[in-house]
Amino acid sequence: MKDWRYWLAEQRGTLLALGIFIVMFIIYTSNHPAGFTANVVQTAANKGVLLAFVAMAQTLVVITAGIDLSVGMIFLLTNCLASWLVVGTPMQTTLGVIAVLAVGLLCGAINGAIVIYGRLQPIVATIATGAVFYGIGLLLRPFPGGSVNEDLADAMTGRVFDVVPASLVALFAIVLVIWVPFSRSVLGRAAYAAGSSETAAYMSGVPIRRGKFAAYTLAGLLAAIGGLFLTFFTYTGDAAYASGNAYTLFSIAAVVLGGVSLFGGKGSAIGAIFGALAFRTIGDLLFVFDFDPLWQPLFQGVILLIAVSLGAFALFRVRNRLEWFL
Amino acid sequence: MSETTLGGIAGRMPKFIRRADPAVLTAFACIVLLLFLGSLYSRSFLSPEYLLQQLKVASFLGVIATGMMLVILLGQIDLSVPWSVAAGAMMACAAAAYGPAGVVLAIPFGIFCGVLIGIVNGIGVAYLRIPSMIITLATNAVAQGLMVVYTGGFSPQDSATGAMRYLATGFAIPGVPNAVIIWALIGAAMVFVLTRTGFGRTVYGIGNRERAAYLSGIDTRRVVMIAFAVSGGLSAFGGVLLAGYASKAAQSMGDAYLLPSIAAVVLGGTSILGGRGSYLGTVAGVILITLLQSILSVMQMPEAGRQIIYGVVIVAMLLLYGRAPASR
Repeated sequence: MKDWRYWLAEQRGTLLALGIFIVMFIIYTSNHPAGFTANVVQTAANKGVLLAFVAMAQTLVVITAGIDLSVGMIFLLTNCLASWLVVGTPMQTTLGVIAVLAVGLLCGAINGAIVIYGRLQPIVATIATGAVFYGIGLLLRPFPGGSVNEDLADAMTGRVFDVVPASLVALFAIVLVIWVPFSRSVLGRAAYAAGSSETAAYMSGVPIRRGKFAAYTLAGLLAAIGGLFLTFFTYTGDAAYASGNAYTLFSIAAVVLGGVSLFGGKGSAIGAIFGALAFRTIGDLLFVFDFDPLWQPLFQGVILLIAVSLGAFALFRVRNRLEWFL
Repeated sequence: MSETTLGGIAGRMPKFIRRADPAVLTAFACIVLLLFLGSLYSRSFLSPEYLLQQLKVASFLGVIATGMMLVILLGQIDLSVPWSVAAGAMMACAAAAYGPAGVVLAIPFGIFCGVLIGIVNGIGVAYLRIPSMIITLATNAVAQGLMVVYTGGFSPQDSATGAMRYLATGFAIPGVPNAVIIWALIGAAMVFVLTRTGFGRTVYGIGNRERAAYLSGIDTRRVVMIAFAVSGGLSAFGGVLLAGYASKAAQSMGDAYLLPSIAAVVLGGTSILGGRGSYLGTVAGVILITLLQSILSVMQMPEAGRQIIYGVVIVAMLLLYGRAPASR
């Protein structure tokens, strides 16, 4: 096989997600009353980028064959924290942003430590830490409120050169700064190897523990970046339990749509980003077709159900029934 | 501590303690500890009325955790509990609004809706081989969407039937709340199924190694499917009881039962990987969780503090005895 065919096989999930997103976005904008204008793109980007950050966080953990059911709660916690800290002079704001990101890193590191060094199952451990993170968020913001440095917020949610949404530029920058170095580093390879076959990776002397720990920690950081952007968009902090749960759920949907295997070791955060953008666009299709917003939760649930059922097509390729049981 | 001294001490203990799972013993020890701490805080903690009241509150969680345990024994998980509970409650109350026949069929209809959710989960897990964590999250979202469309986004106005209220709050035997009797009956049935029937042995077998169970000629997919249907039905029944307790259904009534039901099962020593665990442990876990919640609310801990303590306690107890074996 030629090199480009290997590349194509590796990127199939990502390209599929990109394709779904482009088709959905064309349907969306062509039916939108305002059409394809910078304003429509900016609004869509701002909504999509939030989920994209959380989905990237989920991807890092899913690649190691784990799952992080606390990403939505880290997202809420950092939102509440940012509504206290990211205010005042540019200096104070900078320190606040750093503090918020550090808290995200810490949350991720706690998850990682419990799952890897405490040897607990990721599902139960992250549900429990999610409860703790939500509790702390609720302590910080018992009622919605707070404020944020509006100059920074407007810069982050506005447009660069009046055309490109600033949030998309930020997303691109984060991908370049966090995802690209991680996926090309030894630790990133270790995370993939651990997800693909932990035993084989261990036998080959791959630093699986450090790789997984890095994945969980960076997931916390990415969720915190998402929380920061939520604050930029809403100007407030709000510890809404349902919203945190929804983001966790949607992050899994986005990851699946983005071609990341839930069994680990396969997929990329780029795919998850397109999955997140596609999922958001599909959810918003209801609005441009003038449906009752009451139907939105059902519509999103059905999309999620269909998305996860698509994985069942792999069953047709199974030659030996014993392969049903992993 | 060496193995021999442990064995020596255990050798002198009565048989039932020697055979017991250390996790179950730890859970019961924690219950005693909590009661002791509670009694330091307030005298009324050890009064029979208070304990019976706690048992009654525990029985709702107990019914839901029974279904969760069956699924966890298979090595799967059911994250569709929140909206199975809410759907069971809402549909039972909704059926009650349709005349006398509706009132009679309210409870079976509520449970039926839960079983339907469970069957969708079961088809996804057993036949489509989708990871249970994912498919149950998805059906949870669909169930939520259906309920939101049905209720219009508000808590429904229909109220619970007399039978539902009687089951949740009545006293068929003087002094013993009906809810506790129901939990005892369901628990006894579960113990019988798990220990005395082929189905129960199959559940443990699949939890240990589904491949081996399949090769032994067991229709593993059917068993997994039935287990999920039972779990959905029991969640919905828990919802029906809760609706009877509060005399109506509410939007987010199930949210408070997902983490506690998983925690109760896991704290009771059932392995989250499946194949190991006893119902006695689940009973201990349910009582432990309920007492913890009760003490925190008696101390007037705000919701935030409760969530934090709750998560920390669960992680701490799991670190004590729920750890996976060291790699290789």
